Amino acid sequence: MTDQKLKDIQKMDFEAAFIALQENVTQLEGEDLPLEQALACFERGQALAKRCAELLEKAELKVQQLAMETPQEPKEVD
Amino acid sequence: MKQYSFFQPNNILSVSQLTGYLRQILERDEILQDLWVQGEISNFSHPSSGHLYFTLKDSEASVRCVMWRNAADRLNFTPRAGLAVQAHGGMSVYEVNGQVQLYVDTLKPAGEGALYQEYLRLKAELEAEGLFDSERKRPIPKRPRTIGIVTSPTSAALQDMLNTLRRRFPIAEVMIAPTAVQGINAPAGIVAALTRLNRDIHPDLILIGRGGGSIEDLWAFNDESVARAVATSTIPVISGVGHETDFTLTDFAADLRAPTPTAAAEVATPDRTELLATIGEFANQHTTYLREILANLRWESGQLHSTLQRLSPAHKIDTYRQRLDEITLRYSRTITTLLEKKHMQVTNLKQSLSALNPRAILKRGYAIVTRAEDSTVIKEACQVQTNDSIHIQVSQGSMDARITQTNPGEGS
Repeated sequence: MTDQKLKDIQKMDFEAAFIALQENVTQLEGEDLPLEQALACFERGQALAKRCAELLEKAELKVQQLAMETPQEPKEVD
Repeated sequence: MKQYSFFQPNNILSVSQLTGYLRQILERDEILQDLWVQGEISNFSHPSSGHLYFTLKDSEASVRCVMWRNAADRLNFTPRAGLAVQAHGGMSVYEVNGQVQLYVDTLKPAGEGALYQEYLRLKAELEAEGLFDSERKRPIPKRPRTIGIVTSPTSAALQDMLNTLRRRFPIAEVMIAPTAVQGINAPAGIVAALTRLNRDIHPDLILIGRGGGSIEDLWAFNDESVARAVATSTIPVISGVGHETDFTLTDFAADLRAPTPTAAAEVATPDRTELLATIGEFANQHTTYLREILANLRWESGQLHSTLQRLSPAHKIDTYRQRLDEITLRYSRTITTLLEKKHMQVTNLKQSLSALNPRAILKRGYAIVTRAEDSTVIKEACQVQTNDSIHIQVSQGSMDARITQTNPGEGS
């Protein structure tokens, strides 16, 4: 795996990395990959799994609160 | 009062004095300060100040009513025109326009189970409209990146939801859309919060809820405008209102109903521990599949190797060598057979030959006569002359003799 591809994985957010990991497993499982590609696919999968786990381990819930405008006046009804 | 002014024309009251006096009289009256009155709401108004203004009427009369914001905030249903209610409070005068009005501190729907009847009526109406249909339900995302929460910012329910999200799926980002969840302002606040999230924030998912309380405390979630806002939200909504047994119209309108706020946060997210296990499983599968691929390649190259061996000239040579061996063996067998056959023939010939042996004839009395000097067999008398020595061979032994006379031409 090239350094550039490894860097790309390091930039992925959890969802992107998780989806990519799932697809990577399917690719390795389903297709008759030539040896070189299979090895690259394997390496990529390991890097993606590591990225997912790291993100999940170190994540801290981000919480923000909206400033709400005052609710509109309801129309007068009879 | 009129009497008073009428008889003492010099002491003319100002309007303020009049209304003030009127107010004093009303507010001193014990009955008028602690009364229940029943009627139908009309001219209902709910301005942003939070105070409520309406008229209570029956078929013959009407009275203006005011409900101050602090009292209105405790309301557990939304008053609307036409609703029969019982109001408690005290009478006084609004001096600005001299209006005598009832200052309401408590308001409740009139009649036994009126609140529940109102709930059933609304539920049937919205159901008939198709607002709760399962085809309307949006799918809930498995791993929401962003979650909007519609609830009271100071509630335990919010803390419960945040704690659950923190524990299960801290990857998510949370946007709280704060609102009152109880009282007259709650429905409008909830609708505004849902609208803001849909319009400006676009989270993947919205959680809406509040903690348990009396059925009246949850009433904002039975409000028609709230149920409609939940149903028409473009973002999937999970509700968690009150306790397990509470079913509000918001629950029916939501895409997924959870029994409590905590449960709503749970169904909204995957569990971190399980997710880590899944990721580990994916990594293991990578190893397994790579091993399979390597094993397949090894097998295939083994196949190729044996094919190559089969096609190599060395193999051909071996084949010819083997055929040669086979042919050699066949020949040697054939030759042996032939030799045996010849041997047999020789034996037979020997036997025939011995039958023809001249010595066998001698036994029958014949003799072989040879000339002594050159051992020539004498078949004719002319071969010898008088005085020649001859040798006579008989069956047993031999003898030498001398010719005394020849008789050529005689014989058989």
